[in-house]
This record gives sequence, C-alpha cells and structure tokens, in this order.
Amino acid sequence: MADTSANGVSFAPAPAHRTGLVTADGRPLRSALARSSRRARRRAFFLVLPLLLFVLITFVVPIGQMLQRSVKNEGFSANMPQLSAWFHDNPRGTEPDDAAWAALAADLTAAAQARTIGVVGTRINYDMPGTRSLFTSAGRQARGGIEPPYREAILEMDARWGNPRLWSVMREAASPYTANFYLAAVDRTRDDQGDIVSAPAQQQIYGKLFLRTFWLSLAITATTFLLGFPVAHLLATLPMRQSNLLMILVLLPFWTSLLVRTTAWIVLLQQQGVVNDVLVWLGVIGNNQRLQMIFNQTGTIIAMTHILLPFMILPLYSVMRTINPSYVRAARSLGATSWTAFRRIYFPQTLPGLGAGALLVFILAVGYYITPALVGGSSGQLISNMIAMHMTQTLNWSMAAALAALLLGGVLILYWVYDRLVGIDNLKLG
Amino acid sequence: MSKATAAARADTGAVTANDAFVAFERVQKSYDGETLVVKDLNLAIARGEFLTLLGPSGSGKTTSLMMLAGFETATSGEIRLAGRPINAVPPHRRGIGMVFQNYALFPHMTVGENLAFPLQVRGLGKVEREAKIMRALDMVQMGRFANRRPAQLSGGQQQRIALARALVFDPDLVLMDEPLGALDKQLREHMQYEIKQLHERIGITVVYVTHDQGEALTMSDRVAVFNDGRIQQLAPPAELYERPGNSFVAQFIGENNTLAGTIEQLQGDRALVRLGNGELIDATAVDIREVGQVTTVSIRPERVEFKPEMMPPGAHRIAAEVLEVIYMGDVLRTRMKVAGASDFVLKCRNTLGQRKLTPGETIEIGWHPEDARALDPV
Repeated sequence: MADTSANGVSFAPAPAHRTGLVTADGRPLRSALARSSRRARRRAFFLVLPLLLFVLITFVVPIGQMLQRSVKNEGFSANMPQLSAWFHDNPRGTEPDDAAWAALAADLTAAAQARTIGVVGTRINYDMPGTRSLFTSAGRQARGGIEPPYREAILEMDARWGNPRLWSVMREAASPYTANFYLAAVDRTRDDQGDIVSAPAQQQIYGKLFLRTFWLSLAITATTFLLGFPVAHLLATLPMRQSNLLMILVLLPFWTSLLVRTTAWIVLLQQQGVVNDVLVWLGVIGNNQRLQMIFNQTGTIIAMTHILLPFMILPLYSVMRTINPSYVRAARSLGATSWTAFRRIYFPQTLPGLGAGALLVFILAVGYYITPALVGGSSGQLISNMIAMHMTQTLNWSMAAALAALLLGGVLILYWVYDRLVGIDNLKLG
Repeated sequence: MSKATAAARADTGAVTANDAFVAFERVQKSYDGETLVVKDLNLAIARGEFLTLLGPSGSGKTTSLMMLAGFETATSGEIRLAGRPINAVPPHRRGIGMVFQNYALFPHMTVGENLAFPLQVRGLGKVEREAKIMRALDMVQMGRFANRRPAQLSGGQQQRIALARALVFDPDLVLMDEPLGALDKQLREHMQYEIKQLHERIGITVVYVTHDQGEALTMSDRVAVFNDGRIQQLAPPAELYERPGNSFVAQFIGENNTLAGTIEQLQGDRALVRLGNGELIDATAVDIREVGQVTTVSIRPERVEFKPEMMPPGAHRIAAEVLEVIYMGDVLRTRMKVAGASDFVLKCRNTLGQRKLTPGETIEIGWHPEDARALDPV
C-alpha cells in the first residue's frame, strides 16, 4: 500500500492487511485493482503505439523540421565562418576594418574552392534581391586566392561590396537563426541599420495574399452554409428512403477525383463553356458579353464551395438528426410562428454542427492548393499557392515554412476565438 | 357513434356537440389517401373536463390529439374550439397548451427562459412575465429551479417544468401526449395524482392521451377508448370498467375472463348462453341482437368467488380445475380450467387463513349473473 501513503489521502490510516479488503489469494484489493487497471492501460497503449509512431515519424517530425527552417538558415554562417566570427565579435555599427575584409577574402576563397559560394549568395539574395550574382562572380575570381590589401582587391572586383546595406544583411545572416523570413512574410524588411521597416510597395504581396485567403475562405464558408443548411435539414427530416438517396448525392463528389471535379468546373464555366453557351442561347447575355467565371476569384469560390460542401452538410446533418421534431412543435404550440420557432428553437440547437462544419470548411479552405491553382487564375490564388511556389520554384524553403507557420498560427487563433465564443466541447462532427 | 357511446353519454348527461368546449364532428384522417387512421370521430368535451383518449398504439388517439393541436390537418370533418372552427387555424394561434411525451423542454434555455418563451412571443412585458413564471413554477413546486438547465433536472422535475410551461400562458385547454410514459412506476403514480390535483385546482380542460389504462382510470372524468380509428366506448372510468360496451373494451381495460358460446335464449337484457362444453349459463346481454348469435361472455376475475358459502343467492356455480397458482404478493392469481377454457383467472386476496388451492384440485366456483356480460365475439 505504498501508493496509498504516498498520495497522502489514505482514509484508512491502519495498515492495509488489517482493515483493507483483500483478494481471494490474500493480496490487498486496492493494489490488485490498481495493478489490473495499469495492465489495461498498458495494453491500450501498445495498441495505439503503431499509429503513434506513424504519426510521429511521418507528420510531427517533418513538420517540426519544416518549422525550424523558417527561423534557421545556415547557408551563410556555415560557409562563411571567419566573417561570421568577426560579426559576432564586433557590435552592430562597427565599420568593416581590415580584419573584416581579410575574413571576407578568406571565406570567399574557401567557399569558392568548396563550391558553396552559390549557397551563400542564395542566402543573402533572400534578404537583398539581386546579390546572388555578386557572390558567384566573386567566387569565380577568388578561386585562385585574393591578394592583400583585401579591401581594395575586393572592391575592385565589384564596387557593390562596399554597400553598407550588404554588410548589414551579411551581419543578419551570420547568425543561423533569423526572424527575417517571418518579416518578409508580413511584408517587412530591415534597413541598413537593421531596423524593421515596411518593404517597398511593389514587393508587398504576402499581406494582401493572406487577407485574400481569409476573405475567400470566409466567403466559401458562408456559401457552403447557405447551400448546405437546407440540404442537411432535408436529409435529417426526409423519410429514410429519400434521405438515403440524397445522402448518396451529397457523398457522390467524394467518389470522384478532386482533379476531375475541378476540371469539370473549367469545362462548365469557361468563356466558351456550357454555362455561358446556355446564357447566350437564352439571350440573357450577348455573345460578346460572355461572363468571366473561371480563372478568377469567382471560379475559386464556386469550385471550392462545391468541393467543401459535404464537410458542412455532414456535421450539420448529424446534429439535426438528433433534434427531436417535438421541440419545434412545442414552440409552435406555445404560440411561436414557424419563423420564430426556427430562429429561437431550431437554429440554436444546430449551432454545434454549424460550428464544426464552419471550422472544418474554413480550415480546409485556408490551406487549399489544387483548386485555386487550377481555376484561380491570378486573382484567385491563395497563400498556399505561394507556399507551393517557394517550395518548388524559388526553392526558398525557409520562406515557405514561415508562410506556412503564419497560416497555422492564424488557424490556431481562430480556433481559440471559436473556443472562447462557442466552446470547443460544443463541437459535433458526427 | 356506436350505441354504447350514445348510452354512455346519456348516463353522464353532460355534453352535446353544440355546447361543447371542444368538438370533433365527423372527423376523418388519412395519411396516405387509402387507409383511414381516424374513422368518423365524433367527440364533445365539456369545459373543465379531464378527458382521456385511451387505446393501443396505432389506434388513432395520438393522431386525434395532433389534429386538435394543429400539427395534423383533418382529412374531412370539423374541429371546433369554444364554438369556433379551428381546422384552418395554425397551431400557434390556437392558444392550446401542450405537454409532450419527451417533455420537449428547450435544451439551450434555462427553465425560466423556457417558461418565458410563450410569454415573449405573446409580447408580454418583463415584469408581467416574471410574475407569471414565478406563479407557474410555484404551482408545480419548482420555484427554486428557474436558473437550471433542463439537463440538470431529473425526469420528474422536467415533467413538472413541461407542465408549468404548458400552463404559464393561461390556456383554457391543455393537451398531454403520454406525458408520464418515461417515468418509473412510483414517480408516475405520484405525478398522476399531482396532475389531477392541479386540474381540479385551476379548472382547465385537459385532453390526455395514454395507453396505460390504470392512468386513464385514476385520472379521468371520462375515458374514450380508441381502437382501429374509432371510439369504442366513451364513459366515466367506473362505468367503463364495470360495464364494458364490447369485447375490445372488456379486454383492454383491466383483466378479463372470457368464455365463448352461443345465445340460446334472449329475454330483455338477460341471455342464456350455451358454452362450448354444453354448459348453460346466465348472463347480461350487452352487445347481443338475436338468438343463435355467437358471443363472448366476459367476467372480471375479482367477481368470481370460490367459496360456495360466500356466494350470493342466485349465483351461477360451475366446476373448475386448478391449473396454476401464482404468488403476486397482495393476491394469489389462480389459473383454472373452466368449461373447456384453460385461461380462466381468479384472484384470491392473500389474507390470513385463506384456503390454499393446489394445482390439480377441482373446486366449485361461482359468480353473480349480473357480472357475466355477453358481448360480441372476439
């Protein structure tokens, strides 16, 4: 009974073998029960262990590494060790002295010989566009070594080496950890003194993109709600046979490939597409007034609403099915019109399903990639398309990671707000 | 309207369709356009009356209640409330209080908000609302629970709140759709008593639906027994039990012994019935038209005696073989074989010194011919 005395709430101060209950074979019942429940817990743990490992290896670790990339980039610090050490020893504002130029020359030579100068240039180029060529060309000339005096020799290669902003950027990059990718992701940058300032107007793209992503996701959530609510209600109230049929129709999109569904929308909505043809044929619009419904925000909203609709309908349906029709009847018998009964009695009871559906649709929409990429054109692109671009085209993974982390943070904040407003335990997914 | 119903109404005297508070006139209801769930319903309910619609499931009693509440429309016929036809009046303008089987308390509102709801939709001011809510809660002894949620209340408490909510806006008519069905036996009996008390105190009209005959008998002024879409008998409880109008009512209300036979002689309301084994018994003719008709004789178990010395003069005596004695606490339920029928039951009170019957024993039993009622064949 060691655990009894340890937790300090033992209600039987006398030794267990005298007053406590014992099992048939004479052991204290309490410890026997504790042991059997421990065994049950252990068995349950071993059952979920494979999934736990799977999630850990394929999900948590890669995402953790990705997030680490958003604040850590060793492209400069690892390949330019001497200059990094100089930056470390001399505070910001120190003019580069002979030691600094010597370190730069040594590092350039070493990096050129190790063929890592491109990596260094890429890293600096992230913070100061247009500088990659500076490094690569310096690398070409420095391969044979640089003769002192270093300052003059390097400046002779390219006068831009004297630019104080370049030195400021290199100082930033000398530390493997940096917040610069996050700054860039919110359209901020650092000036020569290392202070945070707004990026030049023509480079401010991420803020607008984040805003657009959230607005489009909100619009998609709203349209799925408006379209899905009556369908869910029908599903919940129709007789079994019809409601099963309707359910199949709701789930039908899940059975076809996402790509097929998205391209089907292109066929329907393009300027020479079915919808426009019908409208022209009906005389609603002239042949030269064909509507632009795809490759813009409209296209993104339409296609994504269609794809995400089941995620709104299913939680709503599962909640509506549990709402006894006698509530509305009771409200009507108490004197409420059918609208009042809906507004004050039925609708509030669907809120857990609505919350779950809205959260689900919104979170999916915020991170959606394929559909906006295919039908979004340039105005319907979302932040995820930008993340993909940084992953696959510019290869600035740190930037992609920073954008993704901000997206994740935004969703978590929304989740928190939802929890404060509605309560997360009110969520009902099915 | 059947003969029995008409007779019952003549006995109680009270209600005719013209001065009734609630009147169903030739009301029919069909859901699918082929079968009638309610066939030719005629019912008049007086102001202040406690009327129960009793019947097995599918007998049309709940449908009738829903038509009165306005949730179902009558296929044909007219329903009147206080002399006004209400067929076309939507439920929210009928002003009828209703208590549902599952209480239907709004789960997202507190008890107080639940009670405030009917008053809010009627546009009452806050002060007036508070007063009415407190009065209604006090009426069901739940004054301290105004801030609780329905989920925090026990079944009996929810039932009281549902009752208070149906009464809070002072309706003249309250409908109750098997309101006690979800409660355990003891609580149910207690609530029966309370509802009855409440009805007597505030004098509202109650239409109560149940399939529990005990509930119907203890609470009602009159009971309408439904079967197959028709009222089989409409009568006060005592009459319903003691003078069932047909075999269905006799079987449905209370326990009942039946003996099949044919009418041998008919004289006024007396009939001689030849039973299956050839025995001739004397019975009261109820639903009998002619000699030679097949009949079912119904006798209540507690009206059968097995001590010849206790039997009244003129009692009909018959031999019976004891098949089984079941101990039920207050009574001993004895199953016997009588005139070929092996499901004849007799109840002996479990008193000190009561003679013990043993299976296999043959005894003589008897009943008063008044208590044997010849009804339509089952």
